[in-house]
Amino acid sequence: MSRPPRIGVVTFPGSLDDRDALRAVRFMGGEGVPLWHADRDLHGVDAVILPGGFSYGDYLRCGAIARFAPIMDPVVRFAAQGGPVVGICNGFQILCEAGLLPGALIRNRSLRFICRFVDVRVETSLTPLTDGIVAGEVLRVPVKHGEGQFIAGPDDLARVEERGLVAFRYCAPDGTVDDAHNVNGSANAIAGVRNEAGNVVGLMPHPEHAVDPDLGPTGGQPMLSSLLSSALARV
Amino acid sequence: MRHRFEVLISLRPGLLDPQGKAVEGALPAMGWTNVSDVRVGKHVELTVDAPSGAEARAQVEEMARRLLSNPVIEDFRIVAAEAVHG
Repeated sequence: MSRPPRIGVVTFPGSLDDRDALRAVRFMGGEGVPLWHADRDLHGVDAVILPGGFSYGDYLRCGAIARFAPIMDPVVRFAAQGGPVVGICNGFQILCEAGLLPGALIRNRSLRFICRFVDVRVETSLTPLTDGIVAGEVLRVPVKHGEGQFIAGPDDLARVEERGLVAFRYCAPDGTVDDAHNVNGSANAIAGVRNEAGNVVGLMPHPEHAVDPDLGPTGGQPMLSSLLSSALARV
Repeated sequence: MRHRFEVLISLRPGLLDPQGKAVEGALPAMGWTNVSDVRVGKHVELTVDAPSGAEARAQVEEMARRLLSNPVIEDFRIVAAEAVHG
């Protein structure tokens, strides 16, 4: 019998959602492996999650200092070798700061911290979070961030769209993308992007908070189960 | 030789600057109704120990590019290089 996929979750100083991410991985049948920011190797995990929170107090810029933590060297090597890497919220910001994903996240258009459920439309199945999900599917997951407005320079944004790097967009419950449902004012309502190779993906919404039906919507289940199968493909 | 620098970091033109917007919104309430285009940036002061001012400045440029600013959203300017004695 094959072993369950081992999903590493990195704890930085100021990470908040590392425990929830580990729990969600276990809930979905994977083995959650806690990783520490000062670690210099990934302890043989099959996939890595950079969780949400406020690493290093969000000082300087969100994710700017975490990006240089010792654990990021093996994470960058793992990503270069095609390993599945997922950044959620602050983890997304860290991946953008590290240059593993295009664009940047700035203060929400409303200038307010936003904490609510949103609907996101899956735009591509070529990411570790959407493998096996049909593009166009709508998933309900929570967001909770002050700095989640995705932006990129005109050239970068055009490349992101042309190369199909958009992973998720904020949308209405029926999948319509419009300004009213663009919760933080992101460029083209982008909620998450992937890299060219398709093994690194980041998103502002929190799939790890939406797996247990006792706690509300379960839009995170297909994403986590996709991550487990992407990780399993490497076992 | 120790060299003192200031690095001024600003959001790229055209990008929403929420802090600038909040400050701009507060000023009219205080009676200043003729103010516009408020932008808030970051100001970093630092001292570099290096053999020459040119080497120190080159290092500050690299630090500004790699950590102090994010080239996707920000520009930076390095000013006030002066040798500090002692």
